[in-house]
Amino acid sequence: MDMNTLVLILAATVAAAVPLIFAALGELVVEKSGVLNLGVEGMMVVGAIFAFMAAAETGQLWLAILVGAVAGAGMAAIFGFITLSLMANQVATGLALTIFGIGLSAFIGQGYTSVALDGLKEISIPVLSSLPVVGKLLFSYNILVYLAIIAFVGIWWFLYKSRSGLILRAVGESPSSAHALGYRVIRIRYLAVLFGGAMAGIGGAYLSIAYTPLWAEGMTAGRGWIALALVVFATWRPGRVLIGALLFGGVTIAQFHVQGLGVEIPSQFLSMLPYLATIIVLVLISRDAGVIRLNAPASLGQPWHNELH
Amino acid sequence: MSLIAAPPRLELRGITKRYPSVVANQDIDLVVQPSEIHALLGENGAGKSTLMKIVYGVVKPDTGSVFWNGQAVKIRSPAQARALGIGMVFQHFSLFDTLTVAQNIALALDQKQDMQALSARIVEVSNRYGLPLEPDRLVHLLSVGERQRVEIVRCLLQEPQLLIMDEPTSVLTPQAVRKLFETLRRLAAEGCSILYISHKLDEIRELCHTATVLRGGKVTGMANPQLESSKSLAELMIGKELPAYRRASTRALGEPSLVINDLSRATTDPFGTSLKHVQLSVHAGEIVGIAGVSGNGQQELLYALSGEQPGRREEVLIKGQEAGQLDAAERRSLGLRFVPEERLGRGAVPEMPLELNALLTGYANGLAPKGWIQYAKIREFSKACIERFNVKAGGPQAAAKSLSGGNVQKYIVGRELMLNPQVLIIAQPTWGVDVGAASFIRQTLLDLSQAGVAVLVISEELDELFEICDQIAVIEGGQLSPAKPVAQTSVEEIGLLMGGTRTSHVTEQRVA
Repeated sequence: MDMNTLVLILAATVAAAVPLIFAALGELVVEKSGVLNLGVEGMMVVGAIFAFMAAAETGQLWLAILVGAVAGAGMAAIFGFITLSLMANQVATGLALTIFGIGLSAFIGQGYTSVALDGLKEISIPVLSSLPVVGKLLFSYNILVYLAIIAFVGIWWFLYKSRSGLILRAVGESPSSAHALGYRVIRIRYLAVLFGGAMAGIGGAYLSIAYTPLWAEGMTAGRGWIALALVVFATWRPGRVLIGALLFGGVTIAQFHVQGLGVEIPSQFLSMLPYLATIIVLVLISRDAGVIRLNAPASLGQPWHNELH
Repeated sequence: MSLIAAPPRLELRGITKRYPSVVANQDIDLVVQPSEIHALLGENGAGKSTLMKIVYGVVKPDTGSVFWNGQAVKIRSPAQARALGIGMVFQHFSLFDTLTVAQNIALALDQKQDMQALSARIVEVSNRYGLPLEPDRLVHLLSVGERQRVEIVRCLLQEPQLLIMDEPTSVLTPQAVRKLFETLRRLAAEGCSILYISHKLDEIRELCHTATVLRGGKVTGMANPQLESSKSLAELMIGKELPAYRRASTRALGEPSLVINDLSRATTDPFGTSLKHVQLSVHAGEIVGIAGVSGNGQQELLYALSGEQPGRREEVLIKGQEAGQLDAAERRSLGLRFVPEERLGRGAVPEMPLELNALLTGYANGLAPKGWIQYAKIREFSKACIERFNVKAGGPQAAAKSLSGGNVQKYIVGRELMLNPQVLIIAQPTWGVDVGAASFIRQTLLDLSQAGVAVLVISEELDELFEICDQIAVIEGGQLSPAKPVAQTSVEEIGLLMGGTRTSHVTEQRVA
C-alpha cells in the first residue's frame, strides 16, 4: 500500500465518521441534560430527506443543510412535547419517533428516489491543500466536515468551560436540586432536545447531500443507533465520542477495501464489522464503573415535573 | 408599637397552602426579628418544610402575604429570594455530586463568576466562619458534614439577611453540631436572622431565642425555648403527653445469637465504603447499637448481614451456624429478620397493597403453603399487624406508598415482629417517624430484647441509641470500634469516634 492509498483511506475514514459525530454529539448534549432520546435514527433520516428535497428543488446546498437541521429539530420538538410537557415515557416515545421518522421519510421521499444531485463539493483551502500528504488529509473536505470539528470543539467548551454548560450538567445530575436553586429544568431540557434534533438532522443531511448525494429509503442504515451506542460507551465524554466515530468510519472503509481485494469472507460479515468493532472497543475502554458514575447524568431517562406548584 | 423600632426582618400573615389531599399550611402568622434565631418546631408533616419553601420562593402560597423588612413582597422564585437576601440550607442537600465545590457554589450565585476569584472568596469566607473548604474537590468525595459546609458557605457568599436552616443537624456528629452553633450565633450577632427548623428539642433550647410551634399545618403556640423543658416543648409539638420507656433493670443474657467475624468487603462503588475487619457479637436478650455518620459503611454492612451480598461462610454466624455464604431467604429460615433503611423499594413494594407486602417476607410462615397464596390468611395477618402496631392506613388493601413514612415503618417493623424473630437487624428504626410513633417503636424493641431476641440497631440518632441500647459501637470509614456498654461511655466519646481521627486531624490543621 503506498502513501497515496493510505491518505485516501484516512480521508475516507473522516468522511464516513462525520454523520456519527453530528448525531452522537447532539445526543450527548441531550443526555447530559437528563433526557434519553432514542429517536436519533428517525431524526437523522427525516433530516436526510428534507435536506435532499431542498437541494433538489432549489439547488442551494447551504439552504439544504439548514432545512435538514430544522427538520431534525422539528422531530425533536414532537419528542420534547410528549416527554417533557406531557411527561410520557422517554424510551417508548423515542422508539416511536424512530419508527415514525423512517415511515415519514419513505412516504415523502417517494418521488425523489431517482433524482440525481450535485453533492456538496470539497473546499480546497488555497496553498495548504496542495501540500503533500497533509494537504489531502487535512485541508480538502466539504464544509460539513469542518463544521463537525467546530461542533466538537464548541460542545466540549460549552460543557466543561461555560456557565451554561455547567447548568446543563447540573440539570442532568439532579433536576430537583437545580429547580430548588431556581433553574428552569423543563426549558433547559427543551433547548437540549431541540439542539440534539438539529444535530441529528445535519448528520442526516450530510448523508443525502454530501456523502452519497442521492435519496434511498432508510439510507441512514442504523447510524442513529450507533450514535446512541457511541454516547453510552464513550461514557458521555465528547473526546471518546469522536474517537468512537472515527473508529467506526475507519472499519467501514477498511472493510470496503478488504471486499475489493476479493478476500473469501462473506460480504455480510464484513458489513457487520464496523458496528461490532466499535461496540467491542468502546465496551473495553469503558469498563471502569467509577468513570461511568462520574460522567453519566444521574437523572437520565427519568421524567421530572415540578410537584410543588 | 413605637415608631423608632425597626420593622421585623420577615413577617408572614395568614399564609395558606392547600394540596389536593391535604392542607399543608393554614392561616400561618410568623414574625422574625433582625438578629433573632427563631425555631420552627413541629413533627414530620406539620407543614414546616412547605412554609419555608414558600418563604424561599420554591412554592407559591394560595393566600396570605409576606413582608420583608416592612415591605409587602411576592417571592416568585429562589433567585428573587436570594436577591432579597434570603438564603436556605436544605435538609436533603441540593448539591451535585459530580461537580466541584466551587462549581456547586457558582451554580447558586446569579451572576457569572470568575472561577479563580470565586475559589479565593470561598477559601476566605469559609475560614472566617470556621467552615474550612477546598474549592476544587468533587462533592461526592466529601463527608456529610463537609457537604453541609458547602451549602452554608454558598449562602454566606450572598451575604444573607435571613438564613433558613432545614433540619441541619440530623447528619452531624455532636462536635460538628457545636461548631455549627458557634457559626450561627456569630452570624446572628452580625445581624443576620436565622430560621431554624428542627424537631430536636435540646438543640432548640440551647440555640434559639423564640420558637413557633406547628401542628397539622397550623400554628399551635409560641414559646421561649430557654424557659421550657424538652418535655414541655415535645408536648406542645405532639399535643399530648409523652410516654416514658419501660425497661427491666436486669436481664439475663443468652448465647451470642449474631456474630460478625472479621468481615471485610471491598466496594466497587466509587461512592461506597469498603468494610475492614468488622467484628461484633450480639447476645440473645441484648440490644447492640451501631452509631456513625451515614456513608461510613452502614449500607455495605447491612447488605453483608441481610444476605443481599453473601460472602465467606465464617463471616456471619446466626445462632451458632455459619451463614456468611447464605442468601437472604436462607438466613431468614435461621430466624433472622431484617428491617432495611429504605422502606419503599427495599422494605416494601410501593405499588403493592399492604397485604401482599406481608407476603414478601411471610411466605415461608404459612401464608403461602406449597406456593399457593392464602388470601384469607394474608389479609388476617395484615389486619392484625395494622391493629397491633397502630398503623394509620386505609386497610390491608391500601398501597404501601399511600402511607406516610412513619406508618410504613410501623407496618414493616410489625410484619417482621409477627414473624417471630430470633435475631433482628434494624436500620434507622425511627428516621422520619414522628415523636409518638418513634417512642412506640423504641418501646417495641425494648420489649423484644426482654423476650430474648438479639437486636442490632444501626442508627444515626445518638439519643435513640443511648435510650435503648445495652452496648454501642461506632462505624467510621468502614471500621467498627469495639462495642462498649452504654453505662461506660458518653455521647461525647461516641461523637469523637464518629468524627474519626482522620477528619478531626484535617480540621485542626486547617484552622491552625
